[in-house]
Amino acid sequence: MEKFTVHQGVVVPLDRANVDTDAIIPKQYLKSIKRTGFGPTLFDDWRYNEPGEPGMDHSKRAVNQDFVLNFPRYAGASILLARENFGCGSSREHAVWALDDYGIRAVIAPSFADIFFNNSFKSGLLPIYLDAAIVEGLFKEVEARPGYQLTIDLAAQQVITPSGEKLSFEVDEFRKFCLLNGLDDIGLTLQHAPDIQAYEAKRQLSAPWLFN
Amino acid sequence: MAGKTLYDKVWDAHVVRQEADGTCLLYIDRHLVHEVTSPQAFEGLKIAQRQPWRTASMVAVPDHNIPTKDLDQGITDPVSRLQVETLHDNCREFGVVEFNIGDPRQGIVHVMGPEQGATLPGMTVVCGDSHTSTHGAFGALAHGIGTSEVEHVMATQCLIQKKMKNMRVNVNGKVGKGVTAKDIVLAIIGEIGTAGGTGYAIEFAGEAIRDLSMEGRMTVCNMAIEGGARAGMIAVDDTTIEYVKGRPYAPKTEQWAAAVEAWRELHSDAEAVFDLEVNLDAASIQPQVTWGTSPEMVLAVDGLIPDPTKEADTVKANSIRAALKYMGLEANTPINQVQVDKVFIGSCTNSRIEDLRAAAEVAKGRKLASNIKLAMVVPGSGLVKQQAEQEGLDKIFLEAGFEWREPGCSMCLAMNADRLEPGERCASTSNRNFEGRQGQGGRTHLVSPAMAAAAAVTGHFVDVRQF
Repeated sequence: MEKFTVHQGVVVPLDRANVDTDAIIPKQYLKSIKRTGFGPTLFDDWRYNEPGEPGMDHSKRAVNQDFVLNFPRYAGASILLARENFGCGSSREHAVWALDDYGIRAVIAPSFADIFFNNSFKSGLLPIYLDAAIVEGLFKEVEARPGYQLTIDLAAQQVITPSGEKLSFEVDEFRKFCLLNGLDDIGLTLQHAPDIQAYEAKRQLSAPWLFN
Repeated sequence: MAGKTLYDKVWDAHVVRQEADGTCLLYIDRHLVHEVTSPQAFEGLKIAQRQPWRTASMVAVPDHNIPTKDLDQGITDPVSRLQVETLHDNCREFGVVEFNIGDPRQGIVHVMGPEQGATLPGMTVVCGDSHTSTHGAFGALAHGIGTSEVEHVMATQCLIQKKMKNMRVNVNGKVGKGVTAKDIVLAIIGEIGTAGGTGYAIEFAGEAIRDLSMEGRMTVCNMAIEGGARAGMIAVDDTTIEYVKGRPYAPKTEQWAAAVEAWRELHSDAEAVFDLEVNLDAASIQPQVTWGTSPEMVLAVDGLIPDPTKEADTVKANSIRAALKYMGLEANTPINQVQVDKVFIGSCTNSRIEDLRAAAEVAKGRKLASNIKLAMVVPGSGLVKQQAEQEGLDKIFLEAGFEWREPGCSMCLAMNADRLEPGERCASTSNRNFEGRQGQGGRTHLVSPAMAAAAAVTGHFVDVRQF
């Protein structure tokens, strides 16, 4: 997993509440058995004017010029600004992989759906929740100023605006540790294998039917 | 001492270790696996040269990509076929039990698991699918996980988690005739909103919940995730225990009494304190129909489609406008005047025997309305299909003009060939009315099986209580 320490990038605003994972990556692309290659079909139904299927050359499809991701001023964006309940719906981690593959490193929103929020950390995508009024302010600034960039300092847990304003955010210690170091948490958990075995031994006595 | 909630009890029984910041290693009893969210996890294991921790905890089934007709021709879409074959190869390589195509036990993972007794009270159950919340109907702690977590559970039998908060939704009193589990849960989502349960495990309680069969309870817990909660739960009672008894994975005879004794504790204590409690009056719940592109955009069947000019909150008003546009609807139209093109009866929400019986009761002796292009019934598993055929339900549907299909996820998410064309409107017993969910440009209205059948025979949404 790619480390996340300090990141500065262009912000793209997606002004919709309840953006679901079906919208982030439609179902036809979930047939892939790989973790990569989902970037060109991120927000597929909104991003293109014609239906997409796996295996197409997406660079040849007609683009929806009215969709914010296609505005030239947001080219190369790496921070997505979103509204309430971002990532609701299905558990598909493909949604995170699609954002990551497109080049998004962080999503800022007032709230996230639980499963998406959790999945993000596993692939090095940082979900940041900020107060709804602060997010509203960021929407106004991004829309007013082409080329608007934010800096995210994970160690300091701050989003830094172009004017130098520092917006603090919360993140779990363990998740922060894993992201800062780019760590695979399976390896970390397996360091506790004796604890897992001890739990199983005890549980086999109290609830043997769970081990049939 | 404060009592424990049902969630507290199941959580506490599965904590392997806890870190200072509250992060826990939570032991997982049952890992259900399907073809869409597992290939990258198996690949991860292979790359890291790891073995599954406890293969016996896993049960696999292909469901999302499975065609629902002409199964003898196999899966014609090569991309879908590769995914299903990959699951099969992985199960063979790692020694995981799989109910493959052609096995009567094959079906939607959330129908198959309980049917086989693979879901038991008090278990922790995970699957790389958000509708894993279904299994909470058994007093289990069950929730969906992403593929990285699928790999983590395979490799360690644990999840890294922090405890969620406790919410209880009490549905007090009895529902009226013609009001089903689907209407109850849609009404709950209408009340709490699609993010209302974020950060919580929801316990569904109250007389109307206790009155439900296990099928109905699964429908309610299935849609906990549409209210934002990863996990929905219902206390164990006689209904639960009767359902589990004798199923293939249920405790053996010599373990049964001890298991039942333990399961009897799986309810919230009288003194338990919830972070949030919500109360609904069951008698006031009417048959529900969603009108928009989020499950919270729901109405009673006699309701009017909302008007964005009457919504003060700008973000909400914008959501209503966008939904009306996508759905091709006018504000203030009675929902029961909206005509449908297709009808889908199926999905992990509503494809169990009780659901098919309810739909058949409405369809019996009637015909599809002339504007219905397609009405399909997709049983949740091969065993549900067999049972329905023994009861003659297939004949009722076929005589009414419905198609009777093979089990799978089908048009709930349209990963196979079953889908809506752009602009088509569907009365669907599934769980999500998101844009494009049932096919790009498709328009989904969520309803109960009886309401879907009623829409099929009248051609528009209609109050099933008139039948």
